[in-house]
Amino acid sequence: MAYSVIRQDEKMILDAAKREGIPLDTVRMEDLSSALGDVPFESDAVLDRGISQFRSYYFLKMAEEAGVFTMNSSEVVRICGDKYLTSAALVRHRIPTPRTSMALSPEAALREIERIGYPCVIKPVVGSWGRLLAKVNDRECAEAVLEHKDTLGGYPHSAIYIQDYVEKQGRDIRAFVVGDRTICAIYRNSEHWITNTARGGKASTCPVTEELNDICVRANEAVNGEIVAVDLFETEEGLSVNEVNHTMEFKNSVAPTGVDIPLLILRHFIDRARC
Amino acid sequence: MTEDCPVCGADIANNGLLTNELIPCPDCGSDLEVIALSPFKLEPAPEEKEDWGE
Repeated sequence: MAYSVIRQDEKMILDAAKREGIPLDTVRMEDLSSALGDVPFESDAVLDRGISQFRSYYFLKMAEEAGVFTMNSSEVVRICGDKYLTSAALVRHRIPTPRTSMALSPEAALREIERIGYPCVIKPVVGSWGRLLAKVNDRECAEAVLEHKDTLGGYPHSAIYIQDYVEKQGRDIRAFVVGDRTICAIYRNSEHWITNTARGGKASTCPVTEELNDICVRANEAVNGEIVAVDLFETEEGLSVNEVNHTMEFKNSVAPTGVDIPLLILRHFIDRARC
Repeated sequence: MTEDCPVCGADIANNGLLTNELIPCPDCGSDLEVIALSPFKLEPAPEEKEDWGE
């Protein structure tokens, strides 16, 4: 298992391995270096649990170039780590997702926002945990957010990702997909429009219906994933996929679902590594 | 084995901790990282970066 820091999630995976007698070595990405094509560590398979998307991507590339099996792969990190690439993959696979636009300057972004209407959401293409999301309710708000991005943001903020705002009635769904199955799901309840549990959203169990399983498995396939967490909205037209996460955090979801998520991750990793 | 919290000085025990594990200080709530186990050493956890997440 490759990591940068050991959070509760990584510790739960290590505990599950110990409990089940599964040999699982750990490697800290920041400790490694290798010549291109050389194996950077002693293993023929690696489970990515990196907290940094950038480091994870290059770590996995190092491993893959040396013939090491990776889960998820660098390609999954590349797609899921970029909201625009994720949206493109979902649309290409005809999976319902909020209408999304891209603009490459504040002026073009303002024109696009005026075209699609208010409210809308501006997100950084790279980022997680609900960071730097902006619900834009009117033109004045749009002008302010775009000026802040242009003035204060680094180069990733020059790609402006704009999405329809979806009214979610105080909750959305986080579903956990392992291989070809949605193993469990939670509702993330919050009075705030951002429902991430990292931002205070409360988890409660959500039944895995046939519709939920089907759309989540298709979303996993769309990003070439193995183990992903899918965030969804409930809309009048049915479920809509908001995001697909490549290094799922599950520490708040094991208790409400009663599902041993870290053990199922481990078992799937071992099964696929043996193929 | 114990070590002082580098932020508030509280005594923190090593009860089954791992190298590079993130823990909250039970007194001041600061996020800490276990830098080493022998000798037991704690430092403030690294600051959240723009590409951190899931």
